[in-house]
Amino acid sequence: MVNIEINGKPVAAREGSMLLEAADEAGITIPRFCYHSKLSIAASCRMCLVEVEKVPKPLPACATPVSEGMKAYTRSPRAIAAQRSVMEFLLINHPLDCPICDQGGECELQEMALGYGNDVSRYAEAKRVVHSPDLGPLIATDMSRCIHCTRCVRFGEEIGGMMELGAPGRGEHMHIATYMEHSVDSELSGNVVDLCPVGALTSKPYRYSARPWELQSHHTVSPHDCVGTNIRLDSRSGRAMRVVARDNEAVNECWIADRDRFSYTALEHEDRLRKPQIKRDGVWQECDWDTALTTAVEGLKQFAADQLGALAAYGATNEEHFLLQRLMRGIGSANIDHRLRQQDFRDQNEQGPYPALGQPIAALEQNDAVLLVGSNIRKEQPLLAQRLRKAVRGGARVMAINPVDYAMAFTLAEKRIALDLVSELLAVAKALLEGSSEAVPQWLTTAIVGVAVEESHRAIAGTLRAGKQASVLLGAGAQGHPAAAELRAVANLIASLSGAHIGILAEGGNAAGAALAGCLPHRGAGCQASDGIGLDWKAMFAAKLPGYLLLGVEPEYDCIDSAAALQAMQEARFVVAINSYASVAMRDYADVLLPAATFAETAGSLVNTEGQWQGFNGAATAPGEARPAWKILRVLGNLFDINGFEQNSAEEVRAELEAACAQLPAAPAAWQPKAMSRLPAGLLRIADVPIYAVDAMVRRAAPLQTTADADLWQIRLNSVTAEKAGFSSVVEARLIQGAGEVVLPLLIDERLPDNAVYLPAGLSATVGLGGGFAAVELTHA
Amino acid sequence: MSEKMIELLSGESRADIDRWIAKYPPEQKQSAVMAALRIAQEQNGGWLTEELIQAVAAYLAMEVMAVYEVASFYSMYELKPVGKHKISVCTNISCMLCGSDQVVEHLQQRLGIKLGETTADNRFTLKEVECLGACVNAPMFELNKNYYENLTPEAIDAILDGLD
Repeated sequence: MVNIEINGKPVAAREGSMLLEAADEAGITIPRFCYHSKLSIAASCRMCLVEVEKVPKPLPACATPVSEGMKAYTRSPRAIAAQRSVMEFLLINHPLDCPICDQGGECELQEMALGYGNDVSRYAEAKRVVHSPDLGPLIATDMSRCIHCTRCVRFGEEIGGMMELGAPGRGEHMHIATYMEHSVDSELSGNVVDLCPVGALTSKPYRYSARPWELQSHHTVSPHDCVGTNIRLDSRSGRAMRVVARDNEAVNECWIADRDRFSYTALEHEDRLRKPQIKRDGVWQECDWDTALTTAVEGLKQFAADQLGALAAYGATNEEHFLLQRLMRGIGSANIDHRLRQQDFRDQNEQGPYPALGQPIAALEQNDAVLLVGSNIRKEQPLLAQRLRKAVRGGARVMAINPVDYAMAFTLAEKRIALDLVSELLAVAKALLEGSSEAVPQWLTTAIVGVAVEESHRAIAGTLRAGKQASVLLGAGAQGHPAAAELRAVANLIASLSGAHIGILAEGGNAAGAALAGCLPHRGAGCQASDGIGLDWKAMFAAKLPGYLLLGVEPEYDCIDSAAALQAMQEARFVVAINSYASVAMRDYADVLLPAATFAETAGSLVNTEGQWQGFNGAATAPGEARPAWKILRVLGNLFDINGFEQNSAEEVRAELEAACAQLPAAPAAWQPKAMSRLPAGLLRIADVPIYAVDAMVRRAAPLQTTADADLWQIRLNSVTAEKAGFSSVVEARLIQGAGEVVLPLLIDERLPDNAVYLPAGLSATVGLGGGFAAVELTHA
Repeated sequence: MSEKMIELLSGESRADIDRWIAKYPPEQKQSAVMAALRIAQEQNGGWLTEELIQAVAAYLAMEVMAVYEVASFYSMYELKPVGKHKISVCTNISCMLCGSDQVVEHLQQRLGIKLGETTADNRFTLKEVECLGACVNAPMFELNKNYYENLTPEAIDAILDGLD
């Protein structure tokens, strides 16, 4: 510690810290604009000038390291004079348009001007006018308001990993811009709205819609990925107006992804269900809740219990998952599943209690070797990717075995891009066993016979083994693989052979909560053995169940095998959908639509990838007669006359679930594959779920759907595959998968391996097609 | 993508840039950015296209925006086509006190263009720049790569008359 004195008060400062940081820690406020604790120091705004004893000129506190015996004065006449002068300069070119500026009322410049500005400007000359570039659908710009703090530029360089914004020009001509008017495409771009201390960068969807002093802030949690990002939802008279970041160092620091920030724009989408509806003779009729619920119960009661199936969305709350499975088990059916983006359940009994990262989120930064398997982490869990990026900047080696050479925001130390992920993992395992006498299970010894080990496999193995803190992380591509159980088994062994952590980057928003709540056919809440093993979704579809209860899912979008899901729903005789939205297909196959509140309008909790439970209350009012889904399920329970549906609040439901999860069983013995599966020959489809197609709400967020990340309506091949298949100069092609087909533009994409056809899932264009890693046929359109 | 961009730089330019890269530690290739931009500009007849800026960025493994910041900061880089002869008139304080206004006025009249413009026949580009460090003989301008100092209207006419 270094002993200094600020304003006559003794302060013990950390060695190497800056004067401003020491003052912050001691609770002494120094005005600033360009300084941000998560960004590098620019010292460009000069607002934090302070007087330091024995120094002839005022010093910027943000860039002045503390030294023993330093005496600083932040409020001395010289310091205040310097701060006031800087403020006068900053205001010279700043427009006086606060009355029409979105930042008004929460503007750092406005606040500082109140404290340090003059009431009348001495500057009578013309002000600078700066061109405001179009940065895309998310960020509005008014660059004349910019004070050149460069927080947005540093954010792109240091956090986002793409230097999309820069400060070209010189002196008075310096301005913030993108290169040649490109849009800003980073999946974290919205953070510059929070960072900008003035109204130069503001939220485009929120523009001119509310004033900060009219808003009520609600603390809530984003349900779009497994991070559990903390957000603040601001509402006016019950209407959600915007989402901003909420600090939580352990989870999301002070950042949120664009998906978390702008998904609220879907709350008033035209597909939103506002009233209960029942279908009578093929015609939809709005009705009251009693009629709808009675119709639902009567409809479901016409089948034997084991003929009923329930499918839940990944992003539903713990309470909803818990009550859904209690309802189904109470009726007498264990046909319950939420794992719609997985298709291999052979090892379900040997899996841990929930898909877990296996380490705290913040610990990802401390890893020095990481192997990603089947993960587009940057688009799947943007904020976990951000942690890895930090690790890479600190010297970590991140490697990937992926079916697509996904663009990461950091350089991959090693990568294997291939369709056959199992063989790639086996090669790494074999490389680890070279020259090792460690005992391994017989199945592995058999499986690695004949597997070719290349230098890059050895490099991956060596890096993992050499890492002091290493991790093997399985992403959505691995979880959704047709041989996911084998991938998990091999990855587990790689982790134990190399001394690495094993972790799952779970798909969807609350996979951990769903598993703990027992929304599974083989396990009840808290991993208790299920009374009677039910059917997983694949088995339900194969068994052609006649009755379904859907919670928040649109199976034709959310299921990895859209073709099977659509067919199952269409062939079912009675489908009850509890959902906030109804797709066109759902209006066709459903019989009762029960309007549910979204996460923004209900109380509940989510469990994130590190196992942290985070609760929240409703932040906005649900439209029309929409109700929280836990209440709908509770009443359904009463109507079915089942015990255990007496809760009066979401907290009571959560308390029951938490009690059930108090003692989780240890992970059972590892699953052992009998033989390794082979991928089919010929062209195989890669069908990952794009960042803005993960759930019903995100799919309807209009601003997100117009970003570059949503521009995926193409069939993609690499040039070698295109040439071999005779498609090198074709602009449009027809992809045929099973009974489904689609005609889309053809794009050459060299990030793909040979024989791969990339067409993502979750788009309206791909509804009715089968899943990934399955054979497809391409013909001329 | 980036490899195709790099090919926009001629082999000669790349060899020249490599000589500059070699002057710096291997992990600090970006230190050669100013030289690389100058070389790319010379290769292209005195100005930098969007693609050339991208090519320099790819060649030095830099962000395009960072290269563009450099290219837009210094007045010796041109982001639009320039005439055969580029006249960069200093109007900074010493030159201004010694009559740079008159120099600008005379050039604008003689060439029929304003500061920042190029003549229709693409012979001349007239440009205002900050101090070029020749205050001792102000006013001055830089014509192509040479400094001309102690300028008067007559001296300017003589200089321009002597050009092809």
